[in-house]
Amino acid sequence: MRDVAVVATAQHQVAALTGTTEVQLMVPLLNAVRDAIGLTQADIGFTCSGSSDFLAGQAFSFVHTLDAVGSVPPISESHVEMDGAFALYEAWVKIQTGAADTALVYGYGKSSPGSLRDILALQLDPYHVAPLWPTADAVAALQARLLLESGVSGAGELAEIAVRSMRHAVGSPHAVRSSADVTVADVLAEAPVADPLRPSDIAAEADGGCAVVLAAGDLARGLCERPAWIRGIDHRIDAHGLGVRDLTRSPSAAAAAVRAGAGDDRLDFAELHGLYTSQEAILVRELDLDDDLLVNPSGGALAGNTTMAAGLMRIAEAAARISAGEGDRALAHATSGPCLQQNLVCVLEGE
Amino acid sequence: MSDPDVPPSALSGDVTLPAVLRDVEPVRSVRTPIRLEYSVTAGSAAEAYLRAYAEKRIVGHRSPVDGAVFIPPRGVDPRYGQETAEEVELAHTGHVGSFCVTHLPIPGRSDLVPPYVSAWIHLDGSAIGFLGLVAGCANEDVRIGMRVRAVWKPDGELGPTSESILHWEPTGEPDVPFERAGNRAWRAGGPDGRDGRQERGDA
Repeated sequence: MRDVAVVATAQHQVAALTGTTEVQLMVPLLNAVRDAIGLTQADIGFTCSGSSDFLAGQAFSFVHTLDAVGSVPPISESHVEMDGAFALYEAWVKIQTGAADTALVYGYGKSSPGSLRDILALQLDPYHVAPLWPTADAVAALQARLLLESGVSGAGELAEIAVRSMRHAVGSPHAVRSSADVTVADVLAEAPVADPLRPSDIAAEADGGCAVVLAAGDLARGLCERPAWIRGIDHRIDAHGLGVRDLTRSPSAAAAAVRAGAGDDRLDFAELHGLYTSQEAILVRELDLDDDLLVNPSGGALAGNTTMAAGLMRIAEAAARISAGEGDRALAHATSGPCLQQNLVCVLEGE
Repeated sequence: MSDPDVPPSALSGDVTLPAVLRDVEPVRSVRTPIRLEYSVTAGSAAEAYLRAYAEKRIVGHRSPVDGAVFIPPRGVDPRYGQETAEEVELAHTGHVGSFCVTHLPIPGRSDLVPPYVSAWIHLDGSAIGFLGLVAGCANEDVRIGMRVRAVWKPDGELGPTSESILHWEPTGEPDVPFERAGNRAWRAGGPDGRDGRQERGDA
């Protein structure tokens, strides 16, 4: 296996981007990651992105966004209709094959022009579930209800997760929901949106983008003072049909963590892509995280959820902390699909 | 065009069912209508471009890398991924870079009788072409290099849309030589020269 590291990151996230196109969002971010390590697009071996045309309401919108990358001379490029974290996985594989030594990875989403909660219904079974148009919050609430009624988690535990996210998000430049003084009682007093989920249980919807550069071996060491080495990365998928799964569990998350070697050594912190407090509660168990582990120092996806980029942002947050010397070993997680159907775990280390 | 009320041929023949499903009505099709609504932001570059049409102006953006002018402006030089912000007002004249004779009607344009000419119009001062209709001459007379000018809607009917230009008509000026017409006159640039200049010396 080749040693591959995250050597540069950039992100931007706000509650809603108005007057800015996806191209205009990504131009400064892509330039920022390349400029940070003195590379131009001609130095990049492979470019891979994650986004969704359903958010843009425009077919092949991701091709349009290539305007932000610069493709003269022609570039080697790919795209996944998934979170940018899964684009990072493809780029990592590309580097492993030896076909590239560097990769530019980005993910972005601007969900504010449409109704995200309805759009996400279209990722469900198209014959039996999607025609009923359950909102994303309603589907997640089925999972949360099972979690609470089975006694695995209590309402207080979920409220504590919401409070922790908002407190950690204070001072985080990319968070869109933060509070230094919110309490568990405050959260429990909120009227439910999709019972039992309250507003603070639901990730704060955001528009934004994230870009990272990967590099292999000594090249990475030359580009960055402290590269964040990808020591393990794996993604697994559970069945699509919600009815055939035990929704209080996420076997794919557990399998990905084992395959990525998350438990092989002590972790300093974890960045989780849980879209609901109930999902974060499931993830902490499935990823087998210690009770006292620092979880989501950035506030996590709960504090700002840019659909199609929030997972890549978890990897970027973890890598940036490691490069800054604020930790030596971290777990970054990304999810896709309803109720934690697909899960990616990336273990990052500093040298 | 396929009739949405007629099932596909694969479903219109006899269906052989397993024994447990005998005597039940076969499902021949399922309809699941999807409708999503968006409030799309054109973005600052496209918005300025569209608003200019209402004032009978055509605007592009100049690349900060090599001065190449793009129309329509997208707020970015797509070759280098660099932001563009300098607005350039363009002439209402140019030449045909390429064209095709179209035999299909455009929905909502009952005034446009096929066959008509769709053309890649290269405005004087612009590095690249954009799409327009050519009229005011026989279709057979349209040719690559032909000089054209914009024919606008009456002032009272102008709006923030490229439809404010009805079509492009011949100016009668001498043609741009074929070998210098359209994108032939423009080098997209490369890693060394970054050369996007025009060679034909337009006004």
